[in-house]
Amino acid sequence: MTLYASVRHGLAVTGGRAVLGVVRWRDTFRRPRAHPHLAPPLRSGVRLKELIARHYLKGRTASSAVPVAWVTSGAPVEPLVALGYHVHYPENHGAICGIRRVAEDLCTAAESAGWSRDLCSYARTDLGVVLTGRTPVGRLPRPDLLVCCTNICQTVLGWYQVLAERFGVPMALVDTPFLYGTAPPHALTYVERQIEVLVEAAERAAGRTLDPGRLHAVTRRSKDACTLWREVVDRARHRPSPITAFDTFVHMAPIVEMRGEACTVDYYAALLEELDGRVARGEGALLEEQVRLAWDNLPIWPRMRWLSDRLAARGAALVASPYARAWGELADLIDPERPVASAARVYLHPILNLGIGQRLAALRALARDCQVDGVLLHSDRSCRPWSSGQADIRDRLVREDKIPALLLEADHSDPRAFSEAQASARIDAFLEGLGA
Amino acid sequence: MTVAAIGVDAGSTTLKVAALDAAGTLLWSRLEPASPRTAEQATALLAACASEAGPGKGAPIVATGYGRDLVLGAVRRVTEITCHARGVFAQVGGACTVLDLGGQDTKVLALGASGRVLDFAMNDRCAAGTGRFLEVTAARLGLSLEAFDAAATAAHHEAVISSTCTVFAESEMVSLLARGTPVEAIAAGLHRAMARRVAALARQVGIRPPILASGGVALSGSVRRALSRELDQDVGLPRHAQLLGAVGAALVGLDPSSPGPIRVAGRPRPV
Repeated sequence: MTLYASVRHGLAVTGGRAVLGVVRWRDTFRRPRAHPHLAPPLRSGVRLKELIARHYLKGRTASSAVPVAWVTSGAPVEPLVALGYHVHYPENHGAICGIRRVAEDLCTAAESAGWSRDLCSYARTDLGVVLTGRTPVGRLPRPDLLVCCTNICQTVLGWYQVLAERFGVPMALVDTPFLYGTAPPHALTYVERQIEVLVEAAERAAGRTLDPGRLHAVTRRSKDACTLWREVVDRARHRPSPITAFDTFVHMAPIVEMRGEACTVDYYAALLEELDGRVARGEGALLEEQVRLAWDNLPIWPRMRWLSDRLAARGAALVASPYARAWGELADLIDPERPVASAARVYLHPILNLGIGQRLAALRALARDCQVDGVLLHSDRSCRPWSSGQADIRDRLVREDKIPALLLEADHSDPRAFSEAQASARIDAFLEGLGA
Repeated sequence: MTVAAIGVDAGSTTLKVAALDAAGTLLWSRLEPASPRTAEQATALLAACASEAGPGKGAPIVATGYGRDLVLGAVRRVTEITCHARGVFAQVGGACTVLDLGGQDTKVLALGASGRVLDFAMNDRCAAGTGRFLEVTAARLGLSLEAFDAAATAAHHEAVISSTCTVFAESEMVSLLARGTPVEAIAAGLHRAMARRVAALARQVGIRPPILASGGVALSGSVRRALSRELDQDVGLPRHAQLLGAVGAALVGLDPSSPGPIRVAGRPRPV
């Protein structure tokens, strides 16, 4: 850490905050363009935009000013936040690249360097960013530490090893045994020990010692934010639903990349209040909600707007997804009094670390809770852990639960794996079958 | 007899128009190879329908097929799945499985007792199992589609074509020809390869007898025989098999509410 970098970072953050505050103030008074089928966007979106912009702005000047960690989306982040790290999530950044439609170019850069097109498009996007330096957020901070947790997939292991070699920085690995039920004691101990090693590596890379009081506070904020997020996504139980799954895909950014920060708790409290206002007034996210759908797997980031408009035009509200729910459902397991031991339990149980039977059960519970008329399953070329078994899950939903379900082939970021004509034909026919 | 509803099926390979009277009887129909100018072609065929079958004042025009958004004057636009289901159900009147064998895609529909589409599957982003597969492979053998059908019927044995990919099947075909395998055996093998692909889709959906094949490819007796063997059940041919998309669209125009409400939601689409 250098004095010059710290001063520059401080000025950038303070100045940036001021500018973004003004932008938020201006946007608050902007009247959103009326949509023929959707309610006006959530007002909280203005604050969300500010939070995300602030996060990436901080990242621009973070190198050498504060310790920087690049982490997988399911990594135990609380010790890093407590140690003052700026935490960068390549997967979230990959989603931004997908939404901004720059992922294809970045993926192509990685493919030209030899990585297979069969590799996850988040990984290819990130490697493309590292190779070219191009990013829609300006500049990414150089990592001092990489934290790779295998609770979302095994691809991250090879991906982060490449990053470790490229940047010449240590990689802390948290290997999470796959579960077909609740975690056995030896698995909990195994993960807890690895988190302890992660803390030691993070302390070394940051040159400071973890303050247990700060870790307690950060873990408390994580728990509070996860609890609030769970409430947010559960508001989709109401008819009409005040929030769509598309909204949750966007509004989940803080719970993923700013977990443990005070602003995240405040943000979700405000979002929940806004949703409760909609519920009290009987307002839905769609002007006319005719049928309700659930979504399985990650979104198709580059085509979210297209899909949202197509569904809304037919009165189909995509109300919920296990993907967005995943960041809230483990809130009860977080224990600020035992931050490391409870983290072992929490980070062992995300939905992607569970068997297909549990994924089917989660989808069934979601379909029941949110009273959906059908399920759209995104067979995501990039996300094999989530996509494997989906054909069987679809069949079980159709045959055993009598819930119409449609499998759609696409990719979360790479637009080359999406065919609009094919998708339109399937979606339209599916909605006609539902009477929408 | 006056025209009570008109269906236009702007498919990938052919454009079909069917006019029905109020009882659902087919009064007039026309089928043409699809032109790249779908809007003009549909307008010309609708004009021909008006002059030859009578004006059918107030008869709703319902469009289906990939080019449905380009059909001028359509009051409804619905998918081929709904239309083929409606067309077949009007003849069967009960639960059944529909194999819609089109030029660029193949769909399998499971219809319930009320005619509602319970489930469906479509070929993936690939021409395997579609009319295009037969067109490409027949052309490679230098045969018209009719001669291709006849060759497969005349075959004494089937050559094994393991690939259902159109491009790879063509490569396999070339090597079989080079080894002196009779054209008839290759034709039969290609029909079997296509049937395997369609049967796999049908099993995904779950087969509810009877099975009926619609779409232009269904007219091929060799295709239906290969499908019957693969599915171990008779595969029937409904009346107006190739026109069923347009007939079904017209039936939607006659009665949009049953089975299953159908509407074009939102603002009118630009045409």
